[in-house]
Amino acid sequence: MRRKHRFERRHGPRPGRRVVKVVVLKGGRSLERTVSLKSGARVEDALERLGHEVVGIDPGADLVDRLEAERPDVAFVAMHGREGEDGTVQELLELVGVPYTASAPSACIRCADKVLAKHLMRDAGVPTPDFYAFNETAFRELGAARALPAIEERLAFPIVVKPAAGGSALGIKFAADAQAVPHALVAAFSYDTKVLLEAFIHGRELAVSVLDGPEGPQALPIVEAIPRDGALYDFEARYEIGRTDFACPADLDDALSRRAQALAVQVYSLFGCYGFARVDLMLDEATDALFVLEVNAIPGLTETSLLPQAAEAAGIGFDQLVARVLELAGDRTPA
Amino acid sequence: MTVDETRGEPGRPPRSTTRDLERYAGLFAARTRGLRSSAMRDLMAVTARPEIISLAGGLPDTSTFSPALLSSLMRTVAEEASARALQYGPTEGLEEVKACIVEVMAEEDMRVDPDDILVTTGGQQVIDLVCRTLVDPGDVVIAEGPTYPGAVPSLCAFQADVRQIPMDDDGMRIDVLEETLAVLDREGRRPKFIYTIPSFQNPGGVTMSLERRRRLVEIAHQREILVLEDNPYGLLRYEGDPQPTLRSLDGGEYVIYLGTFSKILSPGLRLGWTTAPRPILDKLNVGKQGADLCSSTFGQHFVAAYFAAQDWRAYLGTLIELYRRRRDAMLEALSEHLPSEATWTRPRGGLFIWATLPDYLDTTDLLARALRENVAFVPGRAAYLDGRGGSELRLNFSGVPEADIHEGIRRIGAIVAEQVAMYSTLTRLEPARAVSRETSTRSESGDVVPFHVKRRAAG
Repeated sequence: MRRKHRFERRHGPRPGRRVVKVVVLKGGRSLERTVSLKSGARVEDALERLGHEVVGIDPGADLVDRLEAERPDVAFVAMHGREGEDGTVQELLELVGVPYTASAPSACIRCADKVLAKHLMRDAGVPTPDFYAFNETAFRELGAARALPAIEERLAFPIVVKPAAGGSALGIKFAADAQAVPHALVAAFSYDTKVLLEAFIHGRELAVSVLDGPEGPQALPIVEAIPRDGALYDFEARYEIGRTDFACPADLDDALSRRAQALAVQVYSLFGCYGFARVDLMLDEATDALFVLEVNAIPGLTETSLLPQAAEAAGIGFDQLVARVLELAGDRTPA
Repeated sequence: MTVDETRGEPGRPPRSTTRDLERYAGLFAARTRGLRSSAMRDLMAVTARPEIISLAGGLPDTSTFSPALLSSLMRTVAEEASARALQYGPTEGLEEVKACIVEVMAEEDMRVDPDDILVTTGGQQVIDLVCRTLVDPGDVVIAEGPTYPGAVPSLCAFQADVRQIPMDDDGMRIDVLEETLAVLDREGRRPKFIYTIPSFQNPGGVTMSLERRRRLVEIAHQREILVLEDNPYGLLRYEGDPQPTLRSLDGGEYVIYLGTFSKILSPGLRLGWTTAPRPILDKLNVGKQGADLCSSTFGQHFVAAYFAAQDWRAYLGTLIELYRRRRDAMLEALSEHLPSEATWTRPRGGLFIWATLPDYLDTTDLLARALRENVAFVPGRAAYLDGRGGSELRLNFSGVPEADIHEGIRRIGAIVAEQVAMYSTLTRLEPARAVSRETSTRSESGDVVPFHVKRRAAG
């Protein structure tokens, strides 16, 4: 059993209600460093407006020392991608005994490792696009390349090839035909040692953010991302003002909205997420079927990010969102 | 407006305020659409971390400048020109600095009247001012392919229609330039200017031959097209004979010349200059008034003090010796560590080597892999405006010690070899079907992917 968080020992479980010292972890070594710095800066501003004492830390080799030196009441994790979103930093925070926002290491790992996430969803009967996953060894030493024709036959083109780790669409390629697959695989292996080949769903991209509340996890209004030039929602469209239109709430009928929100909450609970998370879905144009693509344990908090938009549509301003998430950090039952 | 409407109606769910977005997005000028925050830029953000061996910069090694000298020059400025150094200066620059520029240009056989010089905030500002002065949205500008990545934001901001002309070992392919000009003629379009870095090109590392320089100047005269000659590296020559600048061949009629103190003294000073035909210079001057009134007076006094107290050629000589060794170290490391599928340029000066990998490798993705090994370079796409350059990369040797150059290239070589091997594993089900660069550059199906055929058979 883990020891009780220092914050709870000192202050009791409600940090949102009083001035607390908050360390905002942002940046890091992940490829999503820039996005994370933006998320972090925005969170810092909000925390200051809320009257808290804020210290920003860009985690490096001295992270543990700095946490020990700062002795914060709580850490707001505003890191995305490797190390920040995959449970690494969370494990360190557990070790140092600093309460922190959002999911614990185990849920982070389930979200960050897309291969694991896909298997968990498939095993639990959650609809997710068909897929095959391999690591480098499978191709290098086990002749997995020979299985490619069969995979291509089963998934049908276009096939989405993506690295198991990382968010923000970095390294994701769309292979239109068999010839494009090796190139896409080599590219995906640039980002991780494990890759996914996934069936492409033609349809609409929906993001359902989930926020924990007094009555458990609640789905926020759905955001639909509509790339302006008709292109796929790629890395650039994702973070640039004016490249993508966002509809929130998405233009969906009530039944469909409720179905998407229930699915998001189901996955959130399945993965054991805490605080907040964002579930990315595809709505199949032809059949109205919903598929879960992935869950982001620490979704972007920038001006163009989807979770803050969804919260706003639910009447929860950014400051209020940050306050809620911070408060939840103190409420966490020690794992 | 959106905000008021939604907030004002109780009972309705607040519709997409996306307030933070829209209140700014609606205000952006159309030209900002061309300014992209690319995946690459986000990857590059990681390269600044201390554990990374970065071959991505374009950095001179400023550690070679004596701190004691810096200190004494600062003292000189303080003692001799304090009030003037802290004051605004003339837009065209201080006369003392223009005298230094005349001296530097004379070193490359260019004679220039100080009145024809505009001192700028780095050479970078010249590119911006020239675009500002000449380019309306949609105007054609011709550049080398690849071109200086730092010019791309200026060209995009002014919505230039950039046509990039490939290069070979002798620089810009003038035959392709002429074909392009002929095509533009037929479209009834006249390019506003031709942007070129003829000596030790960034990023290509190649130098334009004398014959091509002559022909380029001829074309400019015949067609009355301006040429922007960007020459930051001309004096950083490690071997071979100097080539005359386009400006010296042209006499200053159609060539706008760009020079800088960044590579011979310090980029931190942010001081460069331009010389141009008088009517253009006047417009550039007006543009500069709007941009920043004048370049740092303090920095200009520093330059004047430096030229008065020191032999700038001696410091240049030190830099040349250092960079030559680093270039040699990088060339040696490339031969040792890059697989045979890769090629690279052998620059006789400047700061960069341009490498080309098999076209099935994507250097933007490769950078992500390289960062995992704590080494960085500039992916080739940064040097094109049309999405080309996907399998090319720029390597800087001037800003990195030799040991790091060797280690950095070793790591890149290992990654490239790993990806080449992975690609052949994926494409070569029959061991004999090696994928050479020649075959892989062809796009017909069946050439590259034997298993494609098998798949049909397995049907």
